Amino acid sequence: MNKTSFSRFFYRLWRSITEAYSDDLYQDPWKFEYVVLDTETTGFDYYTDRILCIGALKLREDRINVNDCLEIYLEQQHYNRDSTEVHGILKNEGKDCLGEKEAMIKLINYIGDAIIVAHHTRFDMTMINKALKRQGLPTLKNRTLDTSKMYRKTLIASPLLKKKPSYSLDELADKFNLSKKDRHTALGDAYITALAFIRIVKILRKKYLNLTVMDLM
Amino acid sequence: MKNIISERVADFLKKYPPFNELHEKDLLLLSQEVTIVHRDKGQVVFSGGETAHPHFYVVHKGAVELRNEGNNEVIDLCDEGDIFGLRPLLAREEYILQAKAYEESILYAIPIETFKPYTQTYEEIGNFLIESFASNTRSPYAKMKAEQVAVAIGGDQTLDQSSRMLDFQPISFTKKPVCCKPKTTAKEVAEIMTSKKVGSVLVVEDKLPLGIITDKDLRNNIVTGKLPVTAEASKIMSSPVITYPANLTVTQAQMAMMKAGISHLCLTEDGTPDSRIVGVISKNDLIVALGNNPSVLIKAVKRATKVKQVKAAHKGIMRLLQGYLDNNIPMSITLKIISELNDACVKQLIHICLEKMHAPPPVPFAWLAMGSQGRREQLLKTDQDNAIIYQDTEPGKEEATQNYFLKFASKVNKALQQLGYEYCPAEMMASNSNWCMSLMAWKSTVSGWISNPGKEQVLLSSIFFDYNTVYGDTKLADQLSQHIFEATKDYPNFFYHLAEGALQNPSPSGFFRDFLVEQDGAHKDFFDLKRRALMPLTDAARVLILSQHIKSISGTVERYEKMAELEENNRELYLSCSYATKALLKFRAKQGMLHHDSGRFIALNTLTKEEKIKLKRTFKTIKEIQTLIAVRFKVSNKVV
Repeated sequence: MNKTSFSRFFYRLWRSITEAYSDDLYQDPWKFEYVVLDTETTGFDYYTDRILCIGALKLREDRINVNDCLEIYLEQQHYNRDSTEVHGILKNEGKDCLGEKEAMIKLINYIGDAIIVAHHTRFDMTMINKALKRQGLPTLKNRTLDTSKMYRKTLIASPLLKKKPSYSLDELADKFNLSKKDRHTALGDAYITALAFIRIVKILRKKYLNLTVMDLM
Repeated sequence: MKNIISERVADFLKKYPPFNELHEKDLLLLSQEVTIVHRDKGQVVFSGGETAHPHFYVVHKGAVELRNEGNNEVIDLCDEGDIFGLRPLLAREEYILQAKAYEESILYAIPIETFKPYTQTYEEIGNFLIESFASNTRSPYAKMKAEQVAVAIGGDQTLDQSSRMLDFQPISFTKKPVCCKPKTTAKEVAEIMTSKKVGSVLVVEDKLPLGIITDKDLRNNIVTGKLPVTAEASKIMSSPVITYPANLTVTQAQMAMMKAGISHLCLTEDGTPDSRIVGVISKNDLIVALGNNPSVLIKAVKRATKVKQVKAAHKGIMRLLQGYLDNNIPMSITLKIISELNDACVKQLIHICLEKMHAPPPVPFAWLAMGSQGRREQLLKTDQDNAIIYQDTEPGKEEATQNYFLKFASKVNKALQQLGYEYCPAEMMASNSNWCMSLMAWKSTVSGWISNPGKEQVLLSSIFFDYNTVYGDTKLADQLSQHIFEATKDYPNFFYHLAEGALQNPSPSGFFRDFLVEQDGAHKDFFDLKRRALMPLTDAARVLILSQHIKSISGTVERYEKMAELEENNRELYLSCSYATKALLKFRAKQGMLHHDSGRFIALNTLTKEEKIKLKRTFKTIKEIQTLIAVRFKVSNKVV
């Protein structure tokens, strides 16, 4: 028995003990509900930059319900010209905008207990949590998954393949042959992330005998 | 709520019937209610006997196969924009057919409750749905007719289920036929036909068909000297044209051509010569649709100007392979023809991608297929393994040149993926900068591998003996393998490592001649045909032939045949290795076609006793050749 199968054995053992707990992550990924989200921001500074738009959708198994998607535009005080060129979102460009507090309440109600999936999750989570704190709201405690890291697990070990520490959403879209037409819109990116997530889970399912959410972390 | 995803769904749906009939407002509302479903290749959407879903489906990406589970007959293959699973919309019943993803697919599930009102408010939609539902349900009468037709056109036995199913499918035809004016000269007509690579030109006035000029008309009127090359088209054309409406099926088209003794049918809006032309069906289109002739397939591939067209031709190749396997055509012929056709597909894709580049290649290059495709042993679609070698560039231009080829390679890799060749999980692809280098860079990389004491690196260099230049300058790859060949002389360890590598694959059978199955992973309890049976044979063939200093033969079968020629005393063993390789390749292809996968992993309980015995017979040969290698190259520490 090598090292990994040894530790997997203990996983299993521990699992059989903790099976009774409902939030046990050693379960099939499709037993959980996921919220795939993406934020467009005025820049990359956690303190001075603000969220422009949030796109989110719910994933139950490999299904996305178009009517159950979330697209929130936020009112802006802070405005950074550089990043609007990336996202193409102009300040209050005629969309119905919400105040930060209202937007955040809508978002946390939407997310509920779901596991959050994003691409470079840490960035989106920090931006959202900073906004929650500013509004005196509790921060998100949900479990999170990051497709930029999950993708690495689908690659096989080879002396010539140097795995990157993380992969960009554009790279994933290329690998999985996904249209990049709606890149840099929050919901468009969330949609690409969701399809990449489904694809990765299905690839990993072929690789691991009993895939669990822990294998995705 | 309207959002960017629902807008994209609407953008897609409005291109296809019946959704193109909907007003924009209705379409947007409907699109918001859609559920997007992802299905992996082979995943079932619904099975026969299953309770009806509250949705019917539209294929957004990929393809879905409808199959009668009872007799395992494929009824239809739904492509992008096709709808299926209509039964619950029309009748509250269980599904009869099984729907399974033929390749990775994204489906739009349309809720029946939301959609149903439209079938009443829009008459066209109701009619369309009833028609498409009816065309998927074949009556016994329809089947009988198909068999009669099969007899009428020569009783061809290879007209298998899938091509019989085609009889009732609308035939795909040239939508923009090549046309000329009545005053165009015969010489110009011939030039048009040559440049467009077609066998017929329609003579058109005011968008109405006056006549048609085929190769035959040119031969009869011009080449015989009856009329000068300056004669006008109206003088040499066959007229009137025989016209049909566009929704012709394969069978109807066949009948029409036979009846009139012609090879081209002109399609018009209402089927009469007095309405606008919508296309032309040639005998070629017909045979391509039937897909049972390699030379026609090659032609279809070479004419393709889009990846999609290559893909369609490639489906024909798979049908051809099925026919060959069913009819027990000798494996060496099958291998040759199918790999020739696969090569032609890849070549055409590369050609298409090269046209898409904004500039010609800065230096000559070679596109290499590696692995099984390189050995020309690939029957089914597997992972991509490819590389680019380009000629050394002037100093200072290295980076620009590599960037050009990387950009080009990622186009080709993407096109290959669209064709069904998955990306290599180890990224051994030309779009990876490690596999796209100048000749000089390759030489130094490979020299590094060979002189390296590690076994892994030595094995990497061996891939350059199993390659095939699919496109470009063959000399480049030759120079590289010649270089490796000379380099190996200084490193006697090279052959030792190669031989060791050939023995490292786990053996196929245990002590009691039982199959050894996989112990762990997703393929637990499956037999790994590639790793345990085919790879030992190909690896052994490679080290044996290289130690004889022969590098021009890349096929495993041919390698063993050559070895049999060279070593009289081991002749019998080598010949049985060659036989075993052919048998295993055929076995893999059959399994792969059956399960629509690469055929690598085999569930032993699905095999018949006879098949198991056949498989086991090859194991004895594998053991013998491994013993020979262990002794010859003194790899003693391995238990064989």
